[in-house]
Amino acid sequence: MTTATTPRKRPFWTIERRDAIAGYTFVAPQLIGTVVFVLIPLGLVFWYSLHEWNVLANSFNFVGDANYQLLLRDPQLPRVLTASAIFSAGLAVLNMSLALLLAVLLDQKLRGIVVFRTLFFSPVVVSLVAWTIVWSFLLQNNGGINGFLQMIGIQGPNWLREPGTAMVSVIVVQVFKNVGLNMILFLAALQGVPKELYEAARVDGASAWKQFRRITVPMISPTILLTSIITIVGSLQVFAQIAVLTQGGPGVSTTVLVYYLYQQAFQFHYFGYGSTLSILLFLIVAVLTFVQWQLRKRIVFYEN
Amino acid sequence: MQIALYGLMCVLLIPFVFPTWWMLTSSVKPISDIFAFPPDLWPRRFDWTTYAKVFELQPFGQQYWNSAYIAAIVTAGTMIFSSMAGYAFARIKFPGSNFLFTVVLLGLLIPSEVTIVPLFQMFLGWGMINTHWPLILVPIFGAPSVFATFVMRQFFIALPGELEEAARVDGLGRFKIFWIIALPLAKPALGAVAIFTFLHSWNLYLEPIVFISSRNMFTLPQALTQFTDAYGGAMWNIQMAAATMTALPVLAVFIIAQKQFVEGLAHTGLKG
Repeated sequence: MTTATTPRKRPFWTIERRDAIAGYTFVAPQLIGTVVFVLIPLGLVFWYSLHEWNVLANSFNFVGDANYQLLLRDPQLPRVLTASAIFSAGLAVLNMSLALLLAVLLDQKLRGIVVFRTLFFSPVVVSLVAWTIVWSFLLQNNGGINGFLQMIGIQGPNWLREPGTAMVSVIVVQVFKNVGLNMILFLAALQGVPKELYEAARVDGASAWKQFRRITVPMISPTILLTSIITIVGSLQVFAQIAVLTQGGPGVSTTVLVYYLYQQAFQFHYFGYGSTLSILLFLIVAVLTFVQWQLRKRIVFYEN
Repeated sequence: MQIALYGLMCVLLIPFVFPTWWMLTSSVKPISDIFAFPPDLWPRRFDWTTYAKVFELQPFGQQYWNSAYIAAIVTAGTMIFSSMAGYAFARIKFPGSNFLFTVVLLGLLIPSEVTIVPLFQMFLGWGMINTHWPLILVPIFGAPSVFATFVMRQFFIALPGELEEAARVDGLGRFKIFWIIALPLAKPALGAVAIFTFLHSWNLYLEPIVFISSRNMFTLPQALTQFTDAYGGAMWNIQMAAATMTALPVLAVFIIAQKQFVEGLAHTGLKG
């Protein structure tokens, strides 16, 4: 410590200066990477959205808000947004309620409960496309699921080729794939609820359901909100499942926004309109995240 | 009561474990038995040649290697960069650190699906289309790594400062404090970051199909969808064999290390 032995002459390399250098050096790779591969592309996507750009015709012309006008008139878009909304809402509701049910079951003191936890979690680590292909195989018209249904005398639908069941199939496949993650987060939250609260409630004669409603849910509400944010924002990015299971069909019944944006940009080569759809996706993600963080402040009862 | 709980859980387990069972058994069924009625829970005849056919129809070994090395680089890179940035944002005071942290956090709002068009143009300009660079660079610096930085920062904020102070009195520089003292303590958070980064890279699908066009460069998720006959019909048993080889190693690692796996994710995910 040179500063201690020569107090009058402060060295140039003070702790503050060294820390500043260290700080900038430490954050530089992540910061520069995020700017180059995330923030600049976001600026570019907005710039592109103001252009009519057909890659095949090699045309790139400034058209102002024409793509946004097109967005408002696009007859497909309401159906695409409806499909996205159904998918995200269905996924979130099913995922959260199943995760909570499984977490409550796994919170019981039973022999071999870890085996069940491991098995319920296992689809999370199975390759996404492998999992989806297996379900695609199971859901074929003459596939495993309809085979088993036929054994008990039920004629199953052609799951992936009928509008109603295609959407249900896509949601369910995704729920079973990832519900284990939310289940584990809920389980950890349940195990963090102080046991005295339940004892006090039992003394007061509260039923199990009342204990769940009045103690468990409020106590784990931060986790419920956090996982719902992650689940809904994640559901907006679904792509591989749609591409493998239904290719957006039948019709456009399972064409969610990301899949539509992929089609417009990379199958039809409308990069300008594809960029406009990207901006729409970005705004939806941003608004949802903002709303949920505001809700977090209002309705969460307990936060450590 | 206990028996009812076990029964309920066993029924609920069916959609979680049956697909894996169906994948394994169907991968060794001859094609004529694949849609047999009634469905066979155990193959009535075995056809092991499906596994050899996977390698005949696709350069599957090469594709396996592509996925594995890309996931390894992405995981290692994310662990290094996110722990450095997370540490600095949590423990080092430097001018503008809050502003820079906000800039990085913005990345969480922007999934790569939003920026895929300009990313394609950028990599086209750099001559990196049909190379693995986009599959490495975009995840290492995009939304998943921002989340990793956030997780690491939350972890380092909670660490007590005394150890660092003692090390500073002993004259250790910032890098040594980070490397020798802080990082070893961060093993649980690093483990969780490693797991979800690996799974993210291993599952990547949109980026490969946008950036990669030749079979030798394909990653596994892309390769899995390619086992079709001349008419575009799926060769299900061969597809199941390829899916089995893709899924089983990760599943095996998970089952061996499931305790660390699950608990690491739970404890990190909670501190949002």
